[in-house]
Amino acid sequence: MTDTLTLEERRIALCLSVALAFLGLIMAAAAQRGVMALHGGMAIAVGLALAFIVGGSMYSNIEPGRDRLTHYYDAPIKFGIIMTLVWAVVGMGVGVWLAALMFWPEATPLWPATSYGRLRPVHTSGVIFGFGGNALIATSFYVLQRTTRARLAGAISPWFVLIGYNLFCLWAATGYLMGSTQSKEYAEPEWYADIWLVVVWLTYFTLYIRTLMRRVEPHIYVANWYYLAFILVVAILHIVNNIAIPVSWTHAESFPVWAGVQDAMIQWWYGHNAVAFFLTAGFLGMLYYFLPVRAQRPIWSYRLSILSFWGIVFFYMWAGSHHLHYTALPYWVQTLGMTFSVMLLVPSWASAGNAIATLNGAWHKVRDDATLRFMFVAAVFYGLSTFEGSFLAIRPVNSLSHYTDWTVGHVHSGTLGWVAMIVFGAIYTLVPKLSGREHMAWPQAVEWHFWLAIAGTLIYVVSLWNAGITQGLMWRAYDENGALSYSFIETVEAMLPYYAARTLGGALFLAGAILCALNCRVTMRTAAERVDATDRPLALQPAE
Amino acid sequence: MLKLHYNLEKISMGLVGAIIVVASIGGLVEIAPLFTIDETVEIPDDLRPHTPLELAGREIYIREGCYACHSQMVRSLADEIDRYGPYSLAGESAWDRPMLWGSKRTGPDLARVGGKYSDAWHVAHLVDPRQVIPVSIMPAYPWLMRPLGTELVERNLATLAGLGVPYDQDMIDNALVDARAQSQPDSDATSDLIARYGDDIAVRAFDGNPRQLTEMDAVVAYLQSIGTLTDAAKTILSQEDGS
Repeated sequence: MTDTLTLEERRIALCLSVALAFLGLIMAAAAQRGVMALHGGMAIAVGLALAFIVGGSMYSNIEPGRDRLTHYYDAPIKFGIIMTLVWAVVGMGVGVWLAALMFWPEATPLWPATSYGRLRPVHTSGVIFGFGGNALIATSFYVLQRTTRARLAGAISPWFVLIGYNLFCLWAATGYLMGSTQSKEYAEPEWYADIWLVVVWLTYFTLYIRTLMRRVEPHIYVANWYYLAFILVVAILHIVNNIAIPVSWTHAESFPVWAGVQDAMIQWWYGHNAVAFFLTAGFLGMLYYFLPVRAQRPIWSYRLSILSFWGIVFFYMWAGSHHLHYTALPYWVQTLGMTFSVMLLVPSWASAGNAIATLNGAWHKVRDDATLRFMFVAAVFYGLSTFEGSFLAIRPVNSLSHYTDWTVGHVHSGTLGWVAMIVFGAIYTLVPKLSGREHMAWPQAVEWHFWLAIAGTLIYVVSLWNAGITQGLMWRAYDENGALSYSFIETVEAMLPYYAARTLGGALFLAGAILCALNCRVTMRTAAERVDATDRPLALQPAE
Repeated sequence: MLKLHYNLEKISMGLVGAIIVVASIGGLVEIAPLFTIDETVEIPDDLRPHTPLELAGREIYIREGCYACHSQMVRSLADEIDRYGPYSLAGESAWDRPMLWGSKRTGPDLARVGGKYSDAWHVAHLVDPRQVIPVSIMPAYPWLMRPLGTELVERNLATLAGLGVPYDQDMIDNALVDARAQSQPDSDATSDLIARYGDDIAVRAFDGNPRQLTEMDAVVAYLQSIGTLTDAAKTILSQEDGS
């Protein structure tokens, strides 16, 4: 990782590494015990390890020549892809284990750290932030450079963003195991981790916008609009939802400033837009670059891209209140949320349709190339789950589906079918390129992975549709005497076959992800020298 | 329009500004009025804050991730009212930081669980759920029998008081004493506790042992308090039924 840094940059990197270790020392010394002290210790370990790596390179390595500026900066991207795959295996592995615990609760080990309630956020944060977030950051660096024809505007900051972000993910996951959580879904990490993420995110934004400003292309390509929206809006959501007062500066515990109904509304404004801007906008950026590149076809409609982009940015932010139908949230806010959720179908289907129409003339490639097929299926699942989302947001439908596993099934049709599929499509396009090879090391394994992923997703989603609808109907069933037909526990018993089936679906999907990780490892380890002469920056770099 | 965008997409900071403006509108229209319209949250006159012991139990409820499987929000639907009790009011969670409305019912809603089962039932159920309900899929929490960590009891109250929860200085100063007193019905301090929080609170040896203050005491005290902090929900539902 230090090969591409000049001696001067290595000095700065060394200072930053030592600063991180020092920050960790302050945290650990202030907290003395508990989760914050442990997290301080982790920062010390990461800081010292980096200091050793960078410090060692000051003497042993030769500086890169001026010609490094004639290449794109891909070393941090490779690291980001590796972390994506590590978190995929960890996050999905925990998910499958949790799925098994739901019909086999006796298997829970009797120590607190491995209890279902503590592991559950390890799964959600692991896959959303660990797997999804690393994939977004890594691919955004790749796409940004290729579509601006400029090298990343910084040698150290891409590393800072990726390492800092992964430290946040590690703090999050280990904190949950120790019982440290704010309990806000998908925003569980405590205040110091939240502040750290803001620092990382501002660096990310600065790097992104500086590179964008160096572009040679006069127009900013549509993929970058989405990545920009992802970076900006996630920052807004994260800051507003996480405003909290720590009980003291030396403890991890805190209380949010928002309470009751306002807290609920802000939480689901955040929660639904984490879906919109983390799990949709960023991945649409990925789709808008990798799908046309892989299919070798231009995006079908420029106008439709504009319509769907601004539709998504505007409509999504209204939709969060559909998570709170029939609750103590004022009725008018629920109605607004429902209305905008239904309208969201227009820009969502415009995006999905635009992607699928782009494949016109390349359908033979979809048939023959599993990588492109991943992206095609992602676009199809994107269309299906956004339709389902609008449907579930309608008040009477929601009265049946809410609180049941239908919601969980819906989320997984989006995350497995759409988000993970487009990530795998992007990875299988990227990894050979970054390794100087034409293909993955095991091309046949990509095909296997594709069918494992499809089978896993379908089994998972169909079983939870059945589970959710069954349980929703049982909860509201009355007998002829006007009494409720089923006790709660009877409705839980009815779920067990579906929970078993969903575990199988998840396991198949996990097996595919593991295969992908191994395939990528072999491909990266057998890197070749293939160079694409046109894949280079055109922008003149300022003297560094 | 197309021409406008054709030009906008050539200016990076223009795009940044446009995204921020367009994305902010929805949140501003839906969230800001929740703070300014008085009818959004009507705080009932009889609403009391959690006692220090219940608050400690609530923190354990959060720590163990109970909210992932149990909601605390009865929706205004007939079957939910029949199954759980009166539908939830905004005022009931007016001081809840964070709110624990939940999003999934792998287990039943808990908004009306206070007083529904005995303390002994809760203790047995938490230690081994399948002892009480053979087909339950809830994990067991045997470690709750360990002593309750009390380091943050006072600070928790003080922090919440700073955010507007009506804990006075007297309550903050005596938080630790009150926490112990609530699980020791025979102690002298219980009268002060009741004087501070009212005689509706439960003062019992929740885990069956008055000599030791355990996490179980705190969790069961919290569970027994859910839905009992005000009678407003019950009153409103009976008025609606009457009319």
